[in-house]
Amino acid sequence: MRLELVKRPQRSMLFSALSPFIAFVLTIIAGAIMFALLGVNPLTAFRIYFIEPISQVWQLHELAIKAAPLILIAVGLSVCYKANIWNIGAEGQFILGGIVGSIFPVLFPQFEGPLVLPLMLLFGMVGGAAYAAIPALLKTRFNTNEILTSLMLVYVAQLFLDWLVRGPWRDPQGHGFPQTIQFNDSAILPELLPESGRANWGFVFALVAAMLIWILMSRMLKGFEVRVLGSSPRAGRFAGFGLNRMVFFTFLLSGALAGLAGISEISGAIGQLQPVISPGYGFTAIIVAFLGRLNPLGIVAAGLVLALTYLGGEAVQSALGISDKVARVFQGMLLFFVLGCDTLIHYRIRLTGFSAPKLEAAPKLEGAR
Amino acid sequence: MSADQDGANLLEVRGLTKIFGTLTACDHVDLNIAKGEIHALLGENGAGKSTLVKMLFGSLEPNSGEIFWNGQAVRITSPGTAKKLGIGMVFQHFSLFEALTAAENIALSLDDGSPISTIAAKARALSYSYGLPLDPLSLVGDLSVGERQRIEIIRCLLQTPQLIILDEPTSVLTPQEADKLFETLERLRSEGKSILYISHRLEEVKRICDRATVLRHGKVVGHCNPRQETASSLARMMVGNEVQAVVRAPAEGIETAPVLLQIRELTRKPATPFSIPLRNINLEVRAGEVIGIAGVAGNGQGEFFESVSGEVLQEDTGSVRIRGKDAGGLAITGRRLMGAAFVPEERLGHGAAPRMRLSENLLLSRHATDGKMFVGAGGMVKSDAIYTAAQRIIKAMDVRKSAPDPEAAALSGGNLQKFIVGRELDRRPSVLVVNQPTWGVDAGAAAHIRQALIELARSGSAVLVISQDLDELFEISDAITVMHNGELSKPLPIAEATFEKIGLLMGGAEPGHAEHTLETA
Repeated sequence: MRLELVKRPQRSMLFSALSPFIAFVLTIIAGAIMFALLGVNPLTAFRIYFIEPISQVWQLHELAIKAAPLILIAVGLSVCYKANIWNIGAEGQFILGGIVGSIFPVLFPQFEGPLVLPLMLLFGMVGGAAYAAIPALLKTRFNTNEILTSLMLVYVAQLFLDWLVRGPWRDPQGHGFPQTIQFNDSAILPELLPESGRANWGFVFALVAAMLIWILMSRMLKGFEVRVLGSSPRAGRFAGFGLNRMVFFTFLLSGALAGLAGISEISGAIGQLQPVISPGYGFTAIIVAFLGRLNPLGIVAAGLVLALTYLGGEAVQSALGISDKVARVFQGMLLFFVLGCDTLIHYRIRLTGFSAPKLEAAPKLEGAR
Repeated sequence: MSADQDGANLLEVRGLTKIFGTLTACDHVDLNIAKGEIHALLGENGAGKSTLVKMLFGSLEPNSGEIFWNGQAVRITSPGTAKKLGIGMVFQHFSLFEALTAAENIALSLDDGSPISTIAAKARALSYSYGLPLDPLSLVGDLSVGERQRIEIIRCLLQTPQLIILDEPTSVLTPQEADKLFETLERLRSEGKSILYISHRLEEVKRICDRATVLRHGKVVGHCNPRQETASSLARMMVGNEVQAVVRAPAEGIETAPVLLQIRELTRKPATPFSIPLRNINLEVRAGEVIGIAGVAGNGQGEFFESVSGEVLQEDTGSVRIRGKDAGGLAITGRRLMGAAFVPEERLGHGAAPRMRLSENLLLSRHATDGKMFVGAGGMVKSDAIYTAAQRIIKAMDVRKSAPDPEAAALSGGNLQKFIVGRELDRRPSVLVVNQPTWGVDAGAAAHIRQALIELARSGSAVLVISQDLDELFEISDAITVMHNGELSKPLPIAEATFEKIGLLMGGAEPGHAEHTLETA
């Protein structure tokens, strides 16, 4: 006996729309089993994991802080994935954006004024884009697999940051701690509503980026180019769209957005460079992109959901003493179920190897050719 | 209705039905094949011939119906079952590994563990006894299409089948190669074997088949003796009504008209070990004329189309000239902006993006040439404008569809082809290059497309048509040239061209190219 995937003649529109919700429900069920096995009442655990972290206004601010980088990175990645180009290294581009964007406050702390922040954001985007250009160049010049190169460059970026904050960029007055100096005030991304919580302008950047990418993909010739090259490359070549140019366009765009997310996180939520500046935003954003169906507006919703898994992970750790690795488990299950649901929308499962099914009378179909 | 038979039927099919989604590809099909007959299965593209045959060969399972083999009810669940019963099949598209020898390819399908040398010896003996000489130790990649078909036939015969199914076997052969095949088929019939012969070429069906079953829209519309029918009565059965003849007014004053498309010493190295190099191709297409390029599939037509369209650039920029200017260094968009338009052979995935709407597919080839009309400030697509333009083309070409602006993949092949051709005609290009304009298109739509191509030429454009359908080329061309092994023969004016002359050229028999004539042997 073996399993076969048979392509369905028609995709169900209803289930395409429902798929993320079904995946979410399946994740909850699997999560309940996991909590039960850990010896925790699943209902209590879910209340602590999903409800309590967003029951107060300041907590919603924390949600926005976590969601902002996820959404920024994921909308960029969605353009890549629509073009069938696989940038897996947003985590590295995020880190490089943070590093390059921090050049001014770390190396020129006496430079202050209203120009500092825009320059930092610009440098962050350039840093992320430049780092993303490496796998693009390798792919277009040497036909290397961008999945491998972009992923491997993540580890390079992480170690480079680690070396910087322990070496040349270490705060001389920091008692030997591996971190840079605290940024001056003009290098700090302002908070949106300081009286109610910490959320900063990064969340606004994320919403604006999602809006712009949505217009790009649904209304503009460039978005059409992305979709054609992604779905039928030969038709794209016939249309005169260059695949190599597209590789650079998508990598630079997603790299710039990841870089912007990186510098926004540094100058907004953290305020200095540390050896580790991301709890895996660049990887979680891949889940966000798929959970949001590669649609920028869906990604905003998905980004909030995944941000909640981070907060919930911290909450169950403090309240129940369960490792916050549980957040990773939830994220992994969510991606697994989303991809599973999507596959089953396009294919159905057939068991073969049994005695073949009996022939039955064909249904009459009116109007069929 | 069936003709007299001596002895029982070898194969009897009753009420066979196959449904794909909402499409009933085969609708209660009945078919009898007697021992020792060549039975034709006639029908247009999309009539259900391939579906029926796949059910007989076990690669598709019917939704309902019965199959009797030598009077016994059987269920053919896999090609393996079919082979065991004694049904062999030669597919239209060969399933051969180009990097292996003929004998190795045969061994792969026999899987009985006999050594290659034994198989090679058997294959050689069989091939000579049937007049299909074949060297079993030659690499498939080096063989002509006709020779590859021989491998498929020998492979099928080695399994000593009672019934041999041939799917469009002559579509890849020159007229002379086809003659050779017919001799073999007659020999097999005289040995008592049955043959199911699938074709839409009426003349050859009349010539070699004893009986015919005609399919239309998945249903059997008649059984007949093709020898007692005329080609036009058979066509009527297949199509359901009279097909309008294409009208071709004589081209006048062509000699003095300007050359709009010029190919000079076009040469291209093979892109892969098994693709065809282009060798010193020269061709001129003048305003007002249709030039046809004939040739057996896989002789460099695809490579030639890519080179002319600009999907592949030329080193020598003067080797492709459009309206008197060098275009060899320009990509497809640049060539379109010079006034050229292109229709590739593959509809889905090359000429059109399957998952995109027709209006978006309009944008595919016209985003640059009609940039002002379809793309607004800042690269915003004017969706109203492309929708209106798509509807105009749909109306002009009589594209039948189920929704106002459906996805390209939702259209039947013929209707999509009408849209793709219409998309380019709508621009009134001064140069049009078409590869296989009516491949897989039903007769009515094909006549529509051919007429449109002639009219475009007569209105002052240069039209270049690459096709494997000789009837089509004789119908629409002012001159015919033949592509063989990456070379192009001198154009023959239509008044001087005959099937025989063109057929010889298709086999590589142009004087001065003796080194390639060996292949047809």
